[in-house]
Amino acid sequence: MRPSGIMDVNYRQSAAMLRTRSQWLAVGILLAFLAVAGRVFPSEIVDVMNMMFILIVAAHGLNILTGYCGQVSVGHAAFKGVGAYSAAMLIVRLGWNHWVALPVAALAAGGAGVLFGLPAFRVGGFYLAMSTLAAQFILTTVFIFAMPGIVGGISGITVPFPAIGDFSFRIPENQYYLFMPMCVVMTIVARNIARSRMGRAFVAVRDNEVAAEIMGVNPFGYKLRAFFIGCLFAGVAGWMRVVYDGCVRPDIYPLMASIWLLGTIIIGGMGTTIGPILGVILVRALNEMVLMLSPLIGGFFPIEIAIRMGAGLGLIAFAVVVIVFLIFQPRGLAHLWEVLGARMRHWPFRYEPR
Amino acid sequence: MVTEDEVQLRTDNVCLSFGAVKALDGISLDVKLHQLLAVIGPNGAGKTCLFNVINGFYRPQEGEVYFEGRKITQLPPYKIAELGISRTFQAIQLYAGLSVVDNIMAGRHIHLKSGMVSGAIYFGRAQREEAEHRKEVEWLIDFLELTSVRDRIVGSLPYGLQKRVDLGRALALEPKLLLLDEPMAGMSRDEKEAMARFILDVVEMRGITVTLVEHDMGVVMDIADRVVVFDYGHKIADGLPEEIRNNEQVIKAYLGKPKEA
Repeated sequence: MRPSGIMDVNYRQSAAMLRTRSQWLAVGILLAFLAVAGRVFPSEIVDVMNMMFILIVAAHGLNILTGYCGQVSVGHAAFKGVGAYSAAMLIVRLGWNHWVALPVAALAAGGAGVLFGLPAFRVGGFYLAMSTLAAQFILTTVFIFAMPGIVGGISGITVPFPAIGDFSFRIPENQYYLFMPMCVVMTIVARNIARSRMGRAFVAVRDNEVAAEIMGVNPFGYKLRAFFIGCLFAGVAGWMRVVYDGCVRPDIYPLMASIWLLGTIIIGGMGTTIGPILGVILVRALNEMVLMLSPLIGGFFPIEIAIRMGAGLGLIAFAVVVIVFLIFQPRGLAHLWEVLGARMRHWPFRYEPR
Repeated sequence: MVTEDEVQLRTDNVCLSFGAVKALDGISLDVKLHQLLAVIGPNGAGKTCLFNVINGFYRPQEGEVYFEGRKITQLPPYKIAELGISRTFQAIQLYAGLSVVDNIMAGRHIHLKSGMVSGAIYFGRAQREEAEHRKEVEWLIDFLELTSVRDRIVGSLPYGLQKRVDLGRALALEPKLLLLDEPMAGMSRDEKEAMARFILDVVEMRGITVTLVEHDMGVVMDIADRVVVFDYGHKIADGLPEEIRNNEQVIKAYLGKPKEA
């Protein structure tokens, strides 16, 4: 948004993401901060940031599928798992290079997404959510039981860390310089898809399928494309997760992870590009805070209760935040961000002078 | 007004029924090129049903629809749109979450080419395309006098303006045949006049064939070249506005039969 009173002078300018000098400056500062953060902050914080980058990529995918195209998926962690398992098997079983495995793993996840998106031809909304729930259970079952010699069974596969020359992506400080640029690139890709022809078609299908079809958009075709792209992002995130963990295990991609991701984009704001980012930051920060605070809170309770409280507190905090957002800010943090931007436009005036 | 005798759209004995209800019963209709055809009739006469059949949204049990000599009865709606048939809706069916510009831009979907990859890269092809098509969209925004609200989310606009955006989106498709389903329903007199002006101007400027369903007889008689009257799924009259005005069957359909003493 341009400051009040300043107008765009051509269409390219009006479609641009960064339109004012202060926006360029802000992005420059952010990128500079991101560039040094991996070396400045202590290892634990860098590790949390790495996890955020992975989750942001996955959340962008789910946001394209659910936020833009309106196809609710509660199996996104499993699609992430497809990417992770494909990568792990290609790297360990076939001896592929990590970097070559990345696009193949992403495509595999995208393909799995299309497969489980096929029911969208007939069903939508709640019923489609059920079929993606099925995807979650089927895929995790496959991870555990299918050909344990190859897929790894319950104990998974240990995957070596990638390296470029002597620069090994083993410690968080180094992984940071892999995950951060990937997250930046995937964010730009997500935004580009949203603002071009395909993104508009996704929203058209979400907002009014009948009108979209009569206006020349093939709804089923675009639902499948949304599944493909959304799961492609999940596949990339899965590959990142393999690098992060140094292994794959079925318990890394459970139903709860899918639901967390869905909650994250609700909190962040569905159908916006900034939403998943804000959502992931808030939810992860909340999670870390609960982890820090739970020993303190536990101190007030007898030891038998306190032991069991740790895990529960995180879930309770998350559930409370999701409910609060659904009631008071259903459009998520992104809407607050927009309102703030609109205020700043004509600050210090109360409304825009005409 | 230029009228050519070439038939652009033909429905041939179209029958559509929902269970025992015959919504359309043997409708044969010729829509002539560059003609402004009005379809009128009491509520439930099957006017919107006919549009839905033409759009491919309903599949008739019997009969065929031909557009420019080509049979389109079995095509899915999005393919029919690609052939150049566009429409507006009786109840507003916009993309509520998009801005006015993006709604109209979404109407140009079939004319844009960028796909998954060029969209993801954006810079280069997709960006050029966006700017090019934006020009056409801005022309429509200007024409429909929507400039002041062009960046607003359509869901927040008043009804009359939403109807205009709906027309804009339909025109953005650059249709050869435009179906207007009650474009003036629920409008004030001023809004109706503005809408009538937009329709007549666009017919003249772009040579679009327009078929409209409308209940306001005054408007229909003023702007239509030809009027078709439906009643209970039957076509009961077809002719010039003056002929329809005095047609006994039409008067009967609208006002009922005088009781015989």
